[in-house]
Amino acid sequence: MDVSQYLEIFLDESNEHLQNLNTQILSLEQEPDNMDTINEIFRAAHSLKGMAGTMGYKRMQNLTHDMENVFSEVRNGNITVKAYMIDVLFQCLDALEEYTANIRENADEGTNDNEPLIKQLNEILEGAGDEDGADAAAAPAAEEEAPAAAPAADVGDRKWLEIKLGDSERTVLKEALKQSKGVYGLTVKVQESCILKAARAFLVFKAIEETSEIIMSNPSAQDIEDEKFDLDFSLIVVSDASLEQVLSAARGVSEIEDVIGDEVDPNQSEAPAQEQHKAEPSKEEQAQKPEEHPAEQPAPVAVATAPAVASSAKAPTKGKKKGDEKKPATGKPVVNRTVRVDIEKLDTLMNLVSELIIAKNSLVSASAVSGTSSTAVNEQIEYLESVTTSLHESVMKVRMVPIESTVSKFPRMVRDLQKSLGKKMELYMSGEETELDRTVVDEIGDPLMHLLRNSADHGLESAEVRKERGKPEVGSIFLEAYQDGNNVVIEVRDDGNGIDTEAVRNKAIEKGIITPEQAENMSEKDSVDLLFHAGFSTAKVVSDVSGRGVGLDVVKSKIEALSGEVEVKTKLGEGSSWIIRLPLTLAIIQALMVDIGNEKYAISLGSIQTIEDISPQDVKLVQAKEVIQLRDLVIPLIRLNEILDIESKKDSSENLVVVVVKKGDKLAGLVVDELIGQQEIVIKSLGRYISKCKIISGATVLGDGEVALILDANTLI
Amino acid sequence: MEELKVVGETTQFIVIKLGDEQYGIDIKYIDNIVRMQHITRVPKVDAYLKGVINLRGEVIPVMSIRIKMGLEPDVETKSTRIIILKLEQHGTIGVIVDEVKEVVTLENDQIEKIAYDSKDEKDSFLCGIGKCDGGLISLLDLNSVVLENM
Repeated sequence: MDVSQYLEIFLDESNEHLQNLNTQILSLEQEPDNMDTINEIFRAAHSLKGMAGTMGYKRMQNLTHDMENVFSEVRNGNITVKAYMIDVLFQCLDALEEYTANIRENADEGTNDNEPLIKQLNEILEGAGDEDGADAAAAPAAEEEAPAAAPAADVGDRKWLEIKLGDSERTVLKEALKQSKGVYGLTVKVQESCILKAARAFLVFKAIEETSEIIMSNPSAQDIEDEKFDLDFSLIVVSDASLEQVLSAARGVSEIEDVIGDEVDPNQSEAPAQEQHKAEPSKEEQAQKPEEHPAEQPAPVAVATAPAVASSAKAPTKGKKKGDEKKPATGKPVVNRTVRVDIEKLDTLMNLVSELIIAKNSLVSASAVSGTSSTAVNEQIEYLESVTTSLHESVMKVRMVPIESTVSKFPRMVRDLQKSLGKKMELYMSGEETELDRTVVDEIGDPLMHLLRNSADHGLESAEVRKERGKPEVGSIFLEAYQDGNNVVIEVRDDGNGIDTEAVRNKAIEKGIITPEQAENMSEKDSVDLLFHAGFSTAKVVSDVSGRGVGLDVVKSKIEALSGEVEVKTKLGEGSSWIIRLPLTLAIIQALMVDIGNEKYAISLGSIQTIEDISPQDVKLVQAKEVIQLRDLVIPLIRLNEILDIESKKDSSENLVVVVVKKGDKLAGLVVDELIGQQEIVIKSLGRYISKCKIISGATVLGDGEVALILDANTLI
Repeated sequence: MEELKVVGETTQFIVIKLGDEQYGIDIKYIDNIVRMQHITRVPKVDAYLKGVINLRGEVIPVMSIRIKMGLEPDVETKSTRIIILKLEQHGTIGVIVDEVKEVVTLENDQIEKIAYDSKDEKDSFLCGIGKCDGGLISLLDLNSVVLENM
């Protein structure tokens, strides 16, 4: 069977699991005893293995398998979590990430077997034996629970005994037994001469499913469907019918040689795990309780109905919480109430909404022009207007995702930086739930990473220096995200050295970016802005963390490409903060329409501060530039008609209409002829062909079908 | 891209008029032909870029072949049209023409290629000359027509 159609889903989910693993292992490092975390890790590793196996990525499967073994031992309490182990596990995650990256690029996992890693993992596993001899014996038993649990040692033809029951399956089976249903293990043998094995297997499945429910199969249903089995396969079923009935139903399928089966006792297979605890009287009771729990922990639904065990009171609540947010991979009947949607489909939807808004605007202006507007028509138009606005908002919301998916990899990164830079630091994150347009979230990762690395490498001082300066030895980096009006602000802050503007200027002179004379007249702010100059790097030594001089200018251009902006605040000796401001929405904005000469322009409402009526006498000259004074602020005037080469319709003696726009801390007054009004506009690109014009950020189609250009206030200031 | 096909094959051209001269545009690059409409001027761009128009909700740049070729500026008449071209490299672009006349089918032996070493500035916009009943048709090399001025 062709699995390529699942590739996207596979990649998506693998990334999710890897991310999850990263986060969880990180928290495991903090609290090595947290059973919830260990279980979560185990689950994620297990699903990853299963997915890789299904997709036929053997190397990935092998690596995850060995990782899973380690987690399984940790879960069983045979291995204690150590720093060395965490390091190896992180390396494994990196290797897995490499596999997925390879798969994404050429649908192939690559040829790296990562043998050293597998060896290290196995060493950790063996280490468990040395450490705790008694447990080592129990370990393999625990790992292959079913065979150990089988009363008869020889599995022989009864291959269903090899099926490893997961936690949720076991719960389901127990539940079935309670309802006095039969739980049977079956092994179906197909005749050697059979050509279409998969088809036969399918018929067997179908025959059995008439009376029973198939809980598990070995190989997996997917493999059976793909004919990835030899001559037999095994099933665990729950049935209302008797074993004989089930067997004969299966035997009824032609080309089936034989079906053998027996009743299965799910409680039995659990035995070794419990025995193991008994064999460990030295351990405290406290530790035991959660360890017993894995079996009771799976999907929340299952927990709710599971037979109450003495100590389950605490675990279900925990399991539930975790389960709800992390989507347990093994959970069976959990109804997932989300849908994965291709971003392209959302784009199409968005475009249609845009068209609708344009059509609505046309209707508004048509009814105004034709003069036929009655109250009824107006009412309906207003209603339509509110519907389209909320439709737009809903579609935008659908496209919004929390930035968590991007920022959750940073704690791991900072941990690695800490080791490679030999500095102590701590990352504090807040506002991970802040939402942004999906495309923005995807793009914002790299710039943020640059900034964090920058803070870690250039910002924070070494522990000794920090001590001298009376700061805590451990440096702090903050990553804070929050919504501010129509913008989302992401701030990267550190309590390090701050930016030495003197050093920056000297470096810039050295690099020939500015002349010494220019440097003398430079304000602090301008000096800081030099950092964003292409080819600038103040690091004295090029480290592998930063200092290649490609960082900050890339950060800036990337964020500007997303119509955002970066601002730096710094104080020498106290730290610096990098503030990224991003627009909430990209496609549709509220704008102020203005008239300049005979042309109409749109200015984004987000950048407008106030609108002023200024008499010509109040315009003063400073350094031959026109300014106005507004509530103690001196604001430069920009005459749009001059910049846009338009004849103004207004007489020079008339009062000026000034739109005060804001970019960061800077203000400027744009002089326009007349205000038309506020309008919701759909941003359309001018296309590649007209890209030279920087002051125009796009165009929009007005209600009457005319095109109006959108002024980019940021480039005017 | 304007490599003309093997002998025996035919190419269809739309014949347009700019002043007194007839030009041909390969039909495969033509997306649409619309009447002259209001063009929104875009500031700070080259003079031959007349601005943008709204074509069924899409914003499309429009250029003047006349200005690009150094002819007299366009005079809008009843027959003025905007031809919407779809080019791989440049996307969708509208060009203003005085008049759209007809569609002609030219056998490849009716097309005379123009040597590339031609020094004449105006000729560099052409990729060949077609001969048919209506006289000579200068075949436009669209890529060099829309190419940005250096």
